[in-house]
Amino acid sequence: MAFKFPSDEWIKELSSKLNESESYEKSARDWEGDFTFVVKPDDAYDGTAYLFLGLYHGKSPDAAQLSSFDEKPAAYVLSAPFSAWRKVIEGKLDPIQGMMTKKLKLQGNMMKIMRYPKAAKEIVSCCALVPTDFGD
Amino acid sequence: MWYFCSPEIVFGEGSLDELDELRGRRALIVTDDTLVQLGLVDRVKAHLDKAGIESHVFDAVEPDPSVQTVRKGVEVAQDVAPDWIVGLGGGSPMDAAKAIWVLYERPDLHPAEINPFVHLNLRQKARLITIPTTSGTGAEVTWGIVLTDTEEQRKMGLGNRENIADIAIVDPVMAAGMPPQLTADTGLDALTHAVEGYTCTWHTDVTDGVCVGAARLVFQYLPRAVADGSDMSARERMHNGATCAGLGFGNAMASMAHAMGHVLGATFHVPHGRAVSIFLPYTIEFAAREAPGRFADLAGLLVGFQAEGEKAARALAERIRALCREIGNPTSVAEVDVAREAYEAQLDKMVDDAFNDTQIITAARSPSYDELRQLFLYAYEGRVVDF
Repeated sequence: MAFKFPSDEWIKELSSKLNESESYEKSARDWEGDFTFVVKPDDAYDGTAYLFLGLYHGKSPDAAQLSSFDEKPAAYVLSAPFSAWRKVIEGKLDPIQGMMTKKLKLQGNMMKIMRYPKAAKEIVSCCALVPTDFGD
Repeated sequence: MWYFCSPEIVFGEGSLDELDELRGRRALIVTDDTLVQLGLVDRVKAHLDKAGIESHVFDAVEPDPSVQTVRKGVEVAQDVAPDWIVGLGGGSPMDAAKAIWVLYERPDLHPAEINPFVHLNLRQKARLITIPTTSGTGAEVTWGIVLTDTEEQRKMGLGNRENIADIAIVDPVMAAGMPPQLTADTGLDALTHAVEGYTCTWHTDVTDGVCVGAARLVFQYLPRAVADGSDMSARERMHNGATCAGLGFGNAMASMAHAMGHVLGATFHVPHGRAVSIFLPYTIEFAAREAPGRFADLAGLLVGFQAEGEKAARALAERIRALCREIGNPTSVAEVDVAREAYEAQLDKMVDDAFNDTQIITAARSPSYDELRQLFLYAYEGRVVDF
């Protein structure tokens, strides 16, 4: 079964994959800071979606699609057009390179997040484990 | 989309003369006291004098420079108000110079805020020149900065594309006095940069050529430079090779050997080049089983090994070990006088820190936590990696 991106089901499945990942747990074991992924419109997607991913001490306690950005505040906000998110999920765009080239924009405490590059990579690795339907 | 960043590179014998034409008022030379004693700082000052530039010296940079040292350097910079900062030395003084320059320009920043995701707006007060006195670090042409957090015994990977030097002066005469062991350690650092720059997941078509060229120069000229420090031909080719390797990995990335070497260096004060080169063959053997492609390519290009896949990657690892032995360098951690008990006592922290090092994310085969732990143990004992 493939999960439509972006959707409540998709972000919940990502949360579930993170909770099964020993590498993520080890690399983020003292991490505290929830994320909101903002999916922006482009030629391939005409809406705006907000996906909340709770992250705490190597686990993901909750996840949900939000109806608005303000519904649930997060320490970190990662924004990108739909097509850039697709490249990240398919492993064609390294998220750190994406941030360095401004294809993905991150708001939050950069000093803190710079200490967890492996955790960031593990999140993306888990994204790739979610069977995803991009609505083609 | 990606970037290739480089200073203007002035290289070859006599390139230090370029300083004679520099325009400016005051320069702050960031260096260490050994280079003052060796007369290399005076040599640079003489050229700056010819240009009519008043020079001041901050020579308190220690190996693996700390945040505290950088803060002291920033205070000196604020007093001197230079319009040129000159990073003179190996990787430590050049990295310290980059950090001092950024914080002199941007006193509102904490060192840990020097990251690739922000706009720093540098070059409002000063510009940066780098002059390497070793042939290995490549820091003269990279924007990365490694500082040590002395409280946590941890190296911090910092940097922003803006903090790359404006001019790199790569004159082999500045490295001519290196003793054999320093020549060997720094040369193997250059080799590790070249190999990891070529094989990491961030490699690009634009960086491949300089990585291969650099690795060839190291294999050919490092034994000569170690055996006879007065062989200026070998010195010059090694100096150029180190800069090429810096351009390669600085615009791609280093990888697992650096992640592991960083923690060995921070924990047991093993010189950087020695530390990363010990781990390099083990990380190649680890990658060989699942992701041998780039290593096999390199084996073909460098050592003429015609087989494909895992066998070729392993041949590359063995060729690197052979080079280490040829120049008298260790191929296992046990050989660098780290007691096994002390190593095992620090193992959990070393694995934790390496697992979260910036360089680990570009590994061709991403290790699990337990695999990384095993790699540290295999590298201690000198066992060929078989998992």
